[in-house]
Amino acid sequence: MKSVAQLKVWRGAPPEEGHYEQYEVPFESGNSVLDGLRYIRSHFDRTLALRFACINANACKECMVMVDGKTVYGCTTRLEAREMRIEPLRNKDWIRDVVSEIGPPDERLPEA
Amino acid sequence: MRNLETDVLVVGAGGAGMYAAVEAARLGSRVILADRGLIGRSGATVMAQMTVAAAMGEPADDSVEAHLADTLQAGRELCEPDLSRLLCEEGLECVREMDTWGVGWARAEGQLTPVMAPGHDRPRCVYVDFLNTGPAVSRTLRTQVIRSPLVQRVGDLCITDLVVHEGRCAGAVGVHLTTGEAVTIVAGAVVLACGGLTRLYARNSASSNMGGDAYALALRAGAPLIDMEFVQFFPIGHLAPRMIGMDPIMWDPFRYKLGGRLLNGLKEEFTHRYGTEDGGRYTITRDQATYAIYKEVEAGRGSPHGGAWLSFEHLPPEQLRAAFGPVVDRLAKNGIDLAKTPIEVAPIAHYHMGGVAVDTRMATVVPGLFVGGEAVGGANGANRLSGNAITEAFAFGRRAGASAAQAVSVLAADAVADPVASASRIERVRAQAQRLIEATLTPGTLPTEANTAAAIDELQTIMSRKVGPFRTEAGLREGLDGVRALATRFHAAPSFAPGAFDPVWLDWFDLRNMTLVAETVTVAALERTESRGAHQREDHPGLDPNWTLHLESRLAGPTDAIALVQSQANPQIALARVPVNAGVAA
Repeated sequence: MKSVAQLKVWRGAPPEEGHYEQYEVPFESGNSVLDGLRYIRSHFDRTLALRFACINANACKECMVMVDGKTVYGCTTRLEAREMRIEPLRNKDWIRDVVSEIGPPDERLPEA
Repeated sequence: MRNLETDVLVVGAGGAGMYAAVEAARLGSRVILADRGLIGRSGATVMAQMTVAAAMGEPADDSVEAHLADTLQAGRELCEPDLSRLLCEEGLECVREMDTWGVGWARAEGQLTPVMAPGHDRPRCVYVDFLNTGPAVSRTLRTQVIRSPLVQRVGDLCITDLVVHEGRCAGAVGVHLTTGEAVTIVAGAVVLACGGLTRLYARNSASSNMGGDAYALALRAGAPLIDMEFVQFFPIGHLAPRMIGMDPIMWDPFRYKLGGRLLNGLKEEFTHRYGTEDGGRYTITRDQATYAIYKEVEAGRGSPHGGAWLSFEHLPPEQLRAAFGPVVDRLAKNGIDLAKTPIEVAPIAHYHMGGVAVDTRMATVVPGLFVGGEAVGGANGANRLSGNAITEAFAFGRRAGASAAQAVSVLAADAVADPVASASRIERVRAQAQRLIEATLTPGTLPTEANTAAAIDELQTIMSRKVGPFRTEAGLREGLDGVRALATRFHAAPSFAPGAFDPVWLDWFDLRNMTLVAETVTVAALERTESRGAHQREDHPGLDPNWTLHLESRLAGPTDAIALVQSQANPQIALARVPVNAGVAA
């Protein structure tokens, strides 16, 4: 059964202020928030920054975002036929759109 | 621009890359372990909920020779036997070493409890409960990496090209995803361990990092690939109902432990119609099962979503719970109760047998360039035996790390003999690397309306429809035209400089590699006019003994890296026929 989720997605990159963009994302029962964000990239705006590797298996742990103020994995949270607010993690440095710095500090690129 | 220097650069931090890093460091090399994602969470290993084949000889007798015989049998006479032997021998040592590192192979009363998997002559596949093999393997190797002070871990670094200086691989260039900054790495040796190409297909069981980066990097550096036409489709990938938070190939361990019945849309058993009795014991090989499911669907006897049913309804719920514990609850969250309803499964791109041509040191024809894991071609021939992928990640990763360390020690001796020449060489390599990455990141003329994300979807659709498990000349030609048209449309670089976590540039790098690798698979599939293992030509049924040889792919035309970046034409592939067992990287 097809439904539509209203995804209100935080956009922008420091140092500018972010803003919300609204997207209407059609989905089938069982689709994940990550499915919805990937749909936005393919259908509406390729410049939406996302991070994920495993897509489906909840193995890579890269797709952590906040949905309606709660920290979740995008791949294990299901889309619903309502407005859903998607933001980067609040307790990590904000990089771009819904991507935040999640790499452990000792696994980042050294200065030189 | 950030400029790094190391002895050994390992590209990819899955099972093979981490093993390579640990081994090179153990032999005294300074290592940079780079991954475009998170260290130890990227690639295929962490997703493998499956088993690891090794002739542990516990509790029952086993031998490397028996494991090797099964590996060669599965490979349909296309295995490079020396590489297959290395997989079985060194893989066994590594599986034991992993045991000493506390990976936690499943045991009962102190004895290993290996399971039977398709194509093996006896129970040979160890695992970690429950469906936890990949995560346990990744965690264990990551701990070893962290304990190696000589290894520097660098995540979110996308390597875009290798640097070949005076005929030798001398480092790499890339983009730091977090900032969009250019990066150069001068290295004594490079190990490519960034996996296979399953992302070329719409339905696949691996991560989005597996778009054939290793193959494209090797090709552009002048190293040939072999057996690119052999893509393994896993027959019973999850199809429906939509399931999230689980590995789509998770039904395999269920079948190892519990059997399970494979049924067509009419709820009849059907694999016997294709010459293979399965009878719930699960001994049918992957290529045979894929063929049987495709043919049933084609005959109008598929399940509702176009696959087959997999049923465990005949098993008591207690038995399901005993075998898979908490996984039963995770399934319940997805609305799946195996005791009451069957699920739908269908073939899914799972693994790639082909890869970079190497010798038993994991050395390519390019001095200083080594390869580990799935990116290696030849060990698994035309069809990989179940359980050999993680074994190969261990064995080839460790061997590649050792060989890279050895190559570096030769360079180090040269540096001691003539420090001035060595320092000057490093400066020249760095300058070459800087020119290359500057050329690569120069904005181009890609129209802003060209959707790079949609283009990747389009490529996956072309490959699934035209270059899937069952192939025809007409379909392959359409596929090739489609791939080339896409490569042409997206040839020019994005029209702006890369920014922080720039998804368009990352797509563009992926498209550059994926279209090149897709072309390689397709031209090899067109050339091979027979059916063998994972390569099935409907217009050329049956194995033809004249085709017991490898197809080797190289880049035709200029291979100078900067010329390739600036070229206005798609790179083309040249094929050659190479005998089996002639030393493919000789």
